[in-house]
Amino acid sequence: MSAENKPMSSTQGDGLRRLSFDWKRISKNGGALALLVILAFNILVTPNFLHPQTLFVNISQVATIAIVAVGMTLVIATGGIDLSVGAVMALAGALAPLIFTSPFAQANPELGLALAIVVPVLVALVCGVFNGFMVSYLNVQPIVATLIFFISGRGIALVLTNGNLQTFTHPGFSYLGTGKVLGFPFQGYLVVVIAIIVWWLVNHSVFGRQLLAVGGNEKAAKLSGVPVKRVKIGAYVICAGLSGIAGLIVVAINSASDAARIGNLMELDAIAAAVVGGTLLQGGKAPIFGAILGAVIIQLVKYTLLANGVADEVALIAKAGIIIMAVYVQQARKE
Amino acid sequence: MLDTTAFDLRRYLQGNTHTIGVWITLIVLILFGLMRYDNFGGAYNISSFLNYNAMFIVIAVGMCFVILTGGIDLSVGSVAAFTSVVAAYLSPYGIQVALPGAVAAGLAIGAINAFFVVAMRIPPFIATLATMLGAKGGALVISGAQTISIDWGSNFTKLGMEKAFGVLPWTIVITAIMVVGLWIVLEKTSLGRTVLAVGGGEDASTMMGLSVIKAKVFVYVLSGGCAGMAGLFLASGFGAGQPLEGVGWELSAIASVVVGGTLLTGGLGSVPATVAGALLLGLVFNILNFENGRGVISLSAYWQMVIRGAFLFVVIVFQSRVAASGKKGVV
Repeated sequence: MSAENKPMSSTQGDGLRRLSFDWKRISKNGGALALLVILAFNILVTPNFLHPQTLFVNISQVATIAIVAVGMTLVIATGGIDLSVGAVMALAGALAPLIFTSPFAQANPELGLALAIVVPVLVALVCGVFNGFMVSYLNVQPIVATLIFFISGRGIALVLTNGNLQTFTHPGFSYLGTGKVLGFPFQGYLVVVIAIIVWWLVNHSVFGRQLLAVGGNEKAAKLSGVPVKRVKIGAYVICAGLSGIAGLIVVAINSASDAARIGNLMELDAIAAAVVGGTLLQGGKAPIFGAILGAVIIQLVKYTLLANGVADEVALIAKAGIIIMAVYVQQARKE
Repeated sequence: MLDTTAFDLRRYLQGNTHTIGVWITLIVLILFGLMRYDNFGGAYNISSFLNYNAMFIVIAVGMCFVILTGGIDLSVGSVAAFTSVVAAYLSPYGIQVALPGAVAAGLAIGAINAFFVVAMRIPPFIATLATMLGAKGGALVISGAQTISIDWGSNFTKLGMEKAFGVLPWTIVITAIMVVGLWIVLEKTSLGRTVLAVGGGEDASTMMGLSVIKAKVFVYVLSGGCAGMAGLFLASGFGAGQPLEGVGWELSAIASVVVGGTLLTGGLGSVPATVAGALLLGLVFNILNFENGRGVISLSAYWQMVIRGAFLFVVIVFQSRVAASGKKGVV
């Protein structure tokens, strides 16, 4: 932890050098290497891999994992974990169509669309406040605290929609998942923007310093005056808010909302992406771009296997192998 | 001074503040059910309730052991799905082959978990997350993502249908034997005490010369075996190997363990209280069904998720209060 912090503080404020340092750290994790191997393999083996359409499909699919993984990275950096991300996605994703198909939104389309985006994200933020409160004020272990919404969040979403699949045609809302800017999916840009903002938060804001301090050594952070409880709540709130956004994107991509399926197993993908990206489960490190890299690797492995006719289920086993390798390398480096 | 052998209720309660809540709530819920619904206490309801919840109970007990060492096992649901397929494939050879086969498959995956955690020093959360994905993939691969029907001609079907000694279904009898056996292992054997000691303080246990590695390997293999048994129950209960089942089981097992007063940090917890926790979460669903049956309200099955979550919330808040006051008092 202290070894990780030294170069960080010495390059504080120097964005470019910080970026290049981050890259060095990522490649040390083997993540970048893994990415290169997968890319090389695909270029040689997978038919039509270099087709622009491949890039488009992968970007639009990786976005949700990447967005949630960024939030998860913050939570893990405090030494916690958030199992509720998938359920929060389902909740947000179930709410949005309910709002923009309501009579009120039909009458006021613009306001309805705005509400359909803002309200679900606000609800997600409230879930984050709840998670954070449980963890920091009631001292409940993060796994247990977020287990509550893991179970009931999806339940609430299913109750709200009565378990029905909500299909809709709403070009405005669907833009979130199907819109194109300069030929690339809208949500791809969203990922980049979110990653840069959160990266800045982590590395150049007081909150970020405090976040890493809490994860590195909570007692020391507390003794040196860091508002530990507020910082933790902040991490859970950001994670939940990002999950809410991801939930909206999933619904927008499908033009349909199925509360039983939105974000299913997303907590695992997000944790895996964060870990592959070099986040230590003990906390104290928040490699945001590493998490994005992790998300890309997981997406590409899934795509590679699917595109080569390997069944979806084998992709699960491959994912398991990647996670174990990534953490094993992490552990080996530490010792 | 005091007769220490005599049962002292007050001291017992003081020493077990973490498990009182679950027993009281369980009794209250049962009384509520008995008074409100006619057939709640009927043999059929009790038998089918226990039969259905047997798999959750055995998984929760295995999970309890893992959590006692301060670890966690996220793979149990997938392992149960995997072994239910194994059991279905082995069912033509009869229960005498299917039962050991399914349990052995579970034990093997548990051994993989133990290898990851103990030999490769991968954090339990991640190690078992990986086996969760791996076992799920494995279940889908060997089954071709189809449910595998069991052989109705063999004696495999007796497991869920025939009653042992004409009283209770075999599933319940096996579960009861496992629960009692593991309870004794935890409370009365040196291995069980080591499990508790490891959770209380791993370094201290090592220094005391306790075999930490043995205890850790034991709990992960045990949890895998319990999940294997649950998979067998699943296959017999539904008449088919279910590769897609088991999603979220690990979390309801953790919830059962937590509701039962076991601390996730390890070192403190009990087998009976875990069973009570599993029964409690199951009862929520059972009572919801009865309430719907009265026709006054009609809550969809989705509500049970909300209610279970709310329940977990109440228990956790209660426990955190108890833990906070316990620090000052006698615990």
